Amino acid sequence: MNQESLIRKLRGLFVFFAVGLGGALLLSQTALALGGSSGGGGDYGNTLKEVKDKGYVQCGVSQGLPGFSNPDDAGNWSGLDVEFCRAVATAIFNDPDKVQYSPLSAKVRFESLRSGEIDVLARNTTWTFDRDVALGLEFVGVNYYDGQGFMVRKNLGVNSSSELNNVSVCTNTGTTTELNAADFFRANKLKYKIVAFEKADEVVAAYDAGRCDVYTTDRSGLAAQRTKLSNPREHKVLPEIISKEPLGPVVRQGDEQWADIVRWVLNAIIIAEELELTSANIASHKDSDNPKIRRFVGSEGEFATALGLDDNAWAYNIVAKVGNYSEIYERTVGPKTPLGLSRGDNALWTKGGILYAPPMR
Amino acid sequence: MSEMTGKTLARTRWSLRSMWASRKGRGVIYQVIMFAALFLLILILVSNVFYNMEQRGLKAGFGFLNRTAGFGIVQTLVSYNESSTYGRAFVVALLNTILVASIGVVLATMLGFTVGVMRLSPNWLVARVAAIYVETFRNIPLLLQILFWYVAILKPLPSPIDIFQQGESFALSFNNRGLVFATPLPQEGFSLVLWVLSVGVLGSIAWSWYARRRQLQKGDQLPVFWPCLAAIVGLPAIVFFLLGSPMDFAKPVMARFTYEGGSTVVIEFFALLWALVIYTAAFIAEIVRAGIQGIPYGQSEAAYSLGLKRTQTLKLVTIPQALRIIIPPLTSQYLNLTKNSSLAAAIAYPDLVSVFAGTALNQTGRAIEIMFMTLSVYLSLSLLTSFAMNLYQRRKQLVER
Repeated sequence: MNQESLIRKLRGLFVFFAVGLGGALLLSQTALALGGSSGGGGDYGNTLKEVKDKGYVQCGVSQGLPGFSNPDDAGNWSGLDVEFCRAVATAIFNDPDKVQYSPLSAKVRFESLRSGEIDVLARNTTWTFDRDVALGLEFVGVNYYDGQGFMVRKNLGVNSSSELNNVSVCTNTGTTTELNAADFFRANKLKYKIVAFEKADEVVAAYDAGRCDVYTTDRSGLAAQRTKLSNPREHKVLPEIISKEPLGPVVRQGDEQWADIVRWVLNAIIIAEELELTSANIASHKDSDNPKIRRFVGSEGEFATALGLDDNAWAYNIVAKVGNYSEIYERTVGPKTPLGLSRGDNALWTKGGILYAPPMR
Repeated sequence: MSEMTGKTLARTRWSLRSMWASRKGRGVIYQVIMFAALFLLILILVSNVFYNMEQRGLKAGFGFLNRTAGFGIVQTLVSYNESSTYGRAFVVALLNTILVASIGVVLATMLGFTVGVMRLSPNWLVARVAAIYVETFRNIPLLLQILFWYVAILKPLPSPIDIFQQGESFALSFNNRGLVFATPLPQEGFSLVLWVLSVGVLGSIAWSWYARRRQLQKGDQLPVFWPCLAAIVGLPAIVFFLLGSPMDFAKPVMARFTYEGGSTVVIEFFALLWALVIYTAAFIAEIVRAGIQGIPYGQSEAAYSLGLKRTQTLKLVTIPQALRIIIPPLTSQYLNLTKNSSLAAAIAYPDLVSVFAGTALNQTGRAIEIMFMTLSVYLSLSLLTSFAMNLYQRRKQLVER
């Protein structure tokens, strides 16, 4: 074959492919336009049906934050946020294991949620005005009341954050912590230099190597990351809280039914603690006379139908298979865990905290 | 009316058929189809983006660039503080990227050429060392190298608190915060030194040009290196001291936790630069080796028989010819180095991806606009590099008569 005819053949092939590609795209676009609004894969208003069809909840979690969402050597996830994902799965499928986890960086988490890659984001995410209003997201509640704090080496002899003048501060990008730290130092007229890493693991490594004098992130995160330092006892978390960080699960805006389900899973976990229902004793309360408990376990009322769930004992199932807030807290971040966080603000409103859920009726 | 339409149709059909019959005409038709398909593709992509953004209640626009950024940046080449705008943060981050990329390109070229020539050395040990270097560093993923070098550089360095007493001032220090030095503050009269320096540089260029011309014409060699060094370094230095050192230094002073004042090149810069240079130089070394080996050995033999030494042969005969082979792939490596510098985010070097496509994106949520700007920057940097290298390539091209 001479060169010219080869070129001509190749050109023909090229045009063929180009036209084919264009045509296919056009067709798919038309099909999408006809078939509804699933432009980029994110479907608005059908999340529950989609979850039921695929048979599991796709849950966005962190890339490894002990106590909140952290995989072990075998790839099993555990933590406060993970337990929440398991509770959502239990409400829908009566099986806490029907969850798939997507470890997400702070940077991509919202885009993953918006694009429909995940169904719910439980990734120690702070509820802020901008995120709630401007980013097409909906925060359904708070599952951990946190605040940003500072960790320093004990041998620096620092007792208060106000002493931190001329410091080098390590943190990670893609979170609200950078801005909070900047606001704190500016407001107190203190000088600082911020060193912002992409991932928390690198922050820990750099802080451990002495790159920074101070490590700042949410106080729960500081407690978690301290366990990864080469000598955790040489470091301490300063008492001041420089920002409010209400962490909570997030869903896409535009699917009220799904938002309601996720919101009431969270409320159910808290209400269970109020009613003193635990995974151990809830079976014995199945036939309780207390109307509050009767509604909770599904003996009275039709809350499941209102939510679009199949099993009226959905809240019962959550407590039986996952536990109430107290149980979850104690086994993930509580005083007996390596994080050793006392309940503090996260105690029930009746016990000196601010944890509060609307009544189920 | 209908008759006319029929006529026009017939004419159209006829002209289309005749166009198809000629090769040139077919070419035009292909091009039109191709263009239409491409246009359609872009249209679909753009409309898809806008459709999805509208669905999510997002509005596009670059107005956010004028809003206050609020966050701090650890290394800024131009003035910046928390009350600066996102637009300013973009410039700061862009300059940090350009800084590491431009210095990286120069150092990687120097190291790469050295190693490439070493690989061809008749000395067994030298050639082996170069080969091991190349095979090691070009086969380990760059991100791992960056993280490795970061920790490897960071760990052994002391903290400022370990070396200095509180209140102590110092002129220069390399510690785990970076290279810290006293900020030079030019005083009155320093501009004269700069003038003398530029005269020295221009004079040196003229002198070496003259020396080269004279060698071509008459064959004798004039000294170039020492006179140029004297003009560029010696002369300004003499003027500087004659004027009574018109330069003040703002020395960094040790405070309670770390030093205050002075200027800092952050440690992350050195880790990133080192990793990029080591990695890219391994590839450049192979390109240089290929270029040199692409020149027939007869050229070297001819040079040896004229009495040139090995280094002279390389410098005067082999490399000038090899450059024609080396430059195009070398350009690719420069582009790679620039783009690879975006891995800086992993080790907190405040480059464009870390600051602008990281912090600014997170704070504003303007993913489309910010990614568009970031992509445009890398594209422009790459096109500029390509353009410059193509000009250089044209100069080195074999001129055939």
